[in-house]
Amino acid sequence: MYIILVGGGKVGYYLTKELLAAGHEVVLLEKDPVRAAQIADEVGSIVINRDGCEGKYLSEAGANRAAIVAAVTGDDEDNLVICQMAKHHFDVPRTIARVHNPKNEELFRFLGVDEVVSPTRMVMGSVEQDIPVRALVHLTQLAGGALEVIEAQIAAGSPAAGKLVRDVNLPDGCLLFAVIRNQTMQTIRPEMLLQPGDKVVALSRVDCEVTVRDMLIGHDETTPIEIA
Amino acid sequence: MRAIIVGCGRVGAMVAERLAQAGHEVTIIDLASSAFNRLSPDFPGAALRGDGTDEDVLRRAGAEGADYFFALTEGDNRNILAAQMARRNLHVEHVVAKINDPVRAGAYSVLGLASVCRTTMMVEALVQQVGLPIDPSVFRVTQAETAREREPVEG
Repeated sequence: MYIILVGGGKVGYYLTKELLAAGHEVVLLEKDPVRAAQIADEVGSIVINRDGCEGKYLSEAGANRAAIVAAVTGDDEDNLVICQMAKHHFDVPRTIARVHNPKNEELFRFLGVDEVVSPTRMVMGSVEQDIPVRALVHLTQLAGGALEVIEAQIAAGSPAAGKLVRDVNLPDGCLLFAVIRNQTMQTIRPEMLLQPGDKVVALSRVDCEVTVRDMLIGHDETTPIEIA
Repeated sequence: MRAIIVGCGRVGAMVAERLAQAGHEVTIIDLASSAFNRLSPDFPGAALRGDGTDEDVLRRAGAEGADYFFALTEGDNRNILAAQMARRNLHVEHVVAKINDPVRAGAYSVLGLASVCRTTMMVEALVQQVGLPIDPSVFRVTQAETAREREPVEG
């Protein structure tokens, strides 16, 4: 598969090496001459010392035959422009952007970026798992961000506490699949009684998240939770 | 009319002054407070220090529902990001981005983004001096070619 990477920072550097090792055809665009030479010394002539934001250089790099363009520079605005040029100008099937400001994720998707990868959100997700100050934890995103796996912690005052699973009124876009109780996993059954302290793992459409939260946890997601 | 200007360089500062003098309500944003030295001491508008590509900063500046939004920083890509944010998330109707790379300006005009390009303006002005035929349209804001902006990508 032909993959164009833009941005030779740490992420771009390790990505290049990993993708080459996996047998892909890779080109890396890095605008800084010193950094480009440094990486080229190690991986060879696949490094092009050009600014990937310029349509001209994307074209020279063969963007019109690339299966994937991944923009992993340190600047959100550059990554957006690289992906938009790739998508709309060169019809690249799959564009991936690294995004630092989590608020940019939705905008970037709307503007034609196929896959938005946010290191900020990933670390945030891990922090949330370790320190459950919020009752709803985002575990991972699927289907290009349209779906997410979430973990909802049932507290004593939650609407779902003391209810049978079949009586919890969830939207169609949400599927519960497991309950973690006393550190062990239990498959969801309709006649299961939800208890405070349960962690319910669900697959949900992003637009259903608010309803799911209201049904399982209640409105105030910042309420501190007592952990058993 | 309410106008938001991102980037208090020479162009941004002068546009802000002109609009404010004409009685418009102007807020100008720049990362560096020293940039506001370009404004006259009696500038009647508001100056806000912050990142004009950050949606929170733009909202604080009152960009939501503003009449005009001009992205005039030195970075083409920052202008492109701020302009699309203003149009899509803050619902500003008249949005213009300064895009000095003519190729990028052309590509974004196809995507529905209006722009001004200093490069083509200067080139046309100079070759006109030599008597070459010029394209006077470059001295105006390049309007969006078509409004064929993509719908959100599903899935």
